[in-house]
Amino acid sequence: MDKSTGKQYKLIHCTVNGKEREVMVDVRASLTDLLRNDFRLTSVKKGCEVGECGACNVIIDGECFNSCIYLAVWADGKDILTLEGLEGPNGEISDIQQAFIDEAAVQCGFCTPGAIMSAVEILNEGRLLSDEEIRIRMSGHLCRCTGYENIFRAVKKTMLKRLEAGNRKQE
Amino acid sequence: MYAGQKIRRVDAFDKVTGRTKYTEDLCDRGAYVARVLHSTIANGRVIRIDTAEAERVPGVVRVLTCFDLKEKHYFPTAGHPWSTDPAHQDVADRLMLTERVRFWGDDIAAVVAEDEIAAARALKLIRVEYEEYPFVLDVQQAMMDGAPLLHEAFPNNILRHTQTRLGDYEKAIQEPGLTKVEGWYETPVVQHCHIENFICFAEAEGDRIKVVTSTQIPHIVRRVVGQALGIDWGRVRVIKPYVGGGFGNKQDVLYEPLCAWLSMQVGGHLVKLDVPREETFVSNRTRHSIRNHIVSWVRPDGTFAARKLEAFSDQGAYASHGHSICAKGAGAFPQLYPCENVEVDAYTVFTNKSVAGAMRGYGIPQAMWAVESHTEDVCAAIGADPVEFRRKNLMPVGYVDGFSKNELYCDSFNQCLDRAMAAIDYERKFKAYQNQTGDVRRGIGIAMFWYNTAVWPISLESTSCRMVLNQDGSFQVQVAETEIGQGADTAFAQMAADVVGVPLEKVHVVSCQDTDVAPYGTGAYASRQTYVAGFSIRQTGLMLKQRILDYAHLLTRMPVFNLDIADGNIVRTTDGRVLMSLAELATEALYSLTDSRHITAESTYQVKSNAYSFGCTIAEVEVDIPMCKARLLNIVNCHDAGKLINPALAEAQVHGGMSMGIGLGMSEKLMFDERTGRPLNNNLLDYKLPTMLDHPRLVAEFVENPEPTSAFGTKALGEPPACSPAPAIRNAILHATGVGVNTAPVNPHNLFRAFTEAGLIHDESEVSRDV
Repeated sequence: MDKSTGKQYKLIHCTVNGKEREVMVDVRASLTDLLRNDFRLTSVKKGCEVGECGACNVIIDGECFNSCIYLAVWADGKDILTLEGLEGPNGEISDIQQAFIDEAAVQCGFCTPGAIMSAVEILNEGRLLSDEEIRIRMSGHLCRCTGYENIFRAVKKTMLKRLEAGNRKQE
Repeated sequence: MYAGQKIRRVDAFDKVTGRTKYTEDLCDRGAYVARVLHSTIANGRVIRIDTAEAERVPGVVRVLTCFDLKEKHYFPTAGHPWSTDPAHQDVADRLMLTERVRFWGDDIAAVVAEDEIAAARALKLIRVEYEEYPFVLDVQQAMMDGAPLLHEAFPNNILRHTQTRLGDYEKAIQEPGLTKVEGWYETPVVQHCHIENFICFAEAEGDRIKVVTSTQIPHIVRRVVGQALGIDWGRVRVIKPYVGGGFGNKQDVLYEPLCAWLSMQVGGHLVKLDVPREETFVSNRTRHSIRNHIVSWVRPDGTFAARKLEAFSDQGAYASHGHSICAKGAGAFPQLYPCENVEVDAYTVFTNKSVAGAMRGYGIPQAMWAVESHTEDVCAAIGADPVEFRRKNLMPVGYVDGFSKNELYCDSFNQCLDRAMAAIDYERKFKAYQNQTGDVRRGIGIAMFWYNTAVWPISLESTSCRMVLNQDGSFQVQVAETEIGQGADTAFAQMAADVVGVPLEKVHVVSCQDTDVAPYGTGAYASRQTYVAGFSIRQTGLMLKQRILDYAHLLTRMPVFNLDIADGNIVRTTDGRVLMSLAELATEALYSLTDSRHITAESTYQVKSNAYSFGCTIAEVEVDIPMCKARLLNIVNCHDAGKLINPALAEAQVHGGMSMGIGLGMSEKLMFDERTGRPLNNNLLDYKLPTMLDHPRLVAEFVENPEPTSAFGTKALGEPPACSPAPAIRNAILHATGVGVNTAPVNPHNLFRAFTEAGLIHDESEVSRDV
């Protein structure tokens, strides 16, 4: 440890958007810092840096977290998914991203990456949520542009589409 | 035709994939980090600053204080066009760092460091010695003789007082049989809360300074940075990338001058100034809290004999947009319900609080809170039906504002009311909710508004556009009106495609504005982007088209008057034959060995018109009286914003404005400690911004009466949706409970006070004490 600056580093291994990574991290750094600065995954946005706004949300081992209050060193051994990781190898986008476009759920776009990641977590559960449940689950995201209306529509529409497709498969 | 269609946003794909670059995403990692030290007293003077310890923190590059600012160039911060007439210039009362502090959070020193941690550590180690003065937080107290004075040039802290006098108020109130209705209505200090905080970075380029900033107003920032630094304005280059929301906060020059100056103090090194959320609340801008006093004298037939408004606007510590906001709000009063005898007095008053500036609605949400709450109180006082009373007294069709020449061309108010009432099933609910008893009651309430598009004739309204044709027949469009999330670029692309006659994908709107390159204009404000840019896009598009057809004449030998561009092709209008594609023409034009041309067009249009935009909100609430809680069940806004260029984006805009109006009405309030002037809830946990859970379904309806003065039939929509939700919610609570809550927001604190005063609930602790 550098006594004058307090800097201390630790080597961690993690998977980021499907790629194995090995990286030295400042033990004080947040996962937001790591993803933005080291991997240039700039979809991870900073709106408050204290876990209030949800703009930095990423999925860690299948669960959505505020990456700004998740230490980078905790990511050791974890599987991390950011918005960039939803894109296919040929630039194809996921159903929820398309729904955000189609439902005009995007305005300034700053809260969009985090909101989409929470939506992914919800949708991946593969169950039918009531409107109230969707609102509760998405309420960790602050947005000043959309009034949340079209974000809600995009999530609900994608949920129903996926469930319908699942039912068709079972039949 | 693309105008009028629900086109997907041109920037949506990049935004849902994380490709869109905002200011911080563009900053090189080698940047030094700047942090600002803010005053921890509300009023006084900095006597001494000890930076020795802070300077010893490893990684600290420089610590600069207000005493290092050798040249004091006072500058204005409002995002208004500059006036060459000194009498109309904004008040220049800011310094980049100040010894004389006027609010808790004033800027007194800055640290430049190699990283965030060193900067944050150093901030904590700076020791400041103050001479403290008494402070004042309340507008009425600030106006009193002997109150602490913020600015020597403004006695009684009054930044400005304006009056309107119509008819003879004193004489009119002598008419027999009048009912007097009087009330005080107040809105709180709220903040914009765009999710991207203000951020900028600056570095030297030769002998110039480049500032990349999250702003609505790049060309104005260029001018003000020049003024603040005392350098030629052309030596400043400002770049605006994508912006994560602005809502008026970024219609002010914030820390661009300081960041530029700090860079110059460290040899032109790249310096980034990223404002934390807590400081955004306090040291950027807020919405003016306005206290309105309204007196109406109403005849038995339900018409107004005379009316009076006094508006007291809390400016906070510096002038920023100043009196414009209160004046705009007060100006709406005599027009919404015209009356022959009116007195209006509007005051903007300095207090030792955070600086208030522009915020979505620019004074109208505060004014409508008062005016529409009062309208409901008048109805209650004389037993009038809220809808019929409004229909009878609202601005009539054909009304013309003598100053702006704005006109109500169609029956917009009634059409909006009809549409909104049908959408929310008003008549049935209004009747069903009469005469309720019990603890939980429902109510439904209405509020109207009108809003000016743009700022003519108060100030300059100039718009410029450039179009540059590419080899493939596509072209770039540049305007100075800025995309800040509202969807302006998409509307511009739709309009440009229609005017020139090409498929939408052939139009490339340059979203990033660079003052070295972008045509001149004043930026995003006043809900004017689509209206104002429409003129220069149409004018420039026609010029481009003319030049293309002139060249088509050379290539086809057909007369220009028999040629047109349709769907990206040169068409002979006499038989509809496609003579060549625009791509073929454009390629030939650039590479022709006989007549090579770079086909471009650029023009400026000075807009000398303005347009009224209209609408209303109807809200339905459920009130739990003992819990002092109001829940919003349903809400609808209906707007006449002229012809909608993109109905899907228009609807989305309305949702966002409604949300902001709901926040103002129901939950948001930035609080200040009475004993210290310190802000108490300057974070997104304690400041109650609505979440998805707090909203019911937001319903947006439209009446489309094309605006005759407009290049594309369109007019203001950006700000209008935020103007009427709060009073509609308040009026719904009145309908449910019989209690009018005159202080926003209608949160449990204010409902408790109002219900207690009205005797609806009793403070049990006081009852037991009395016993």
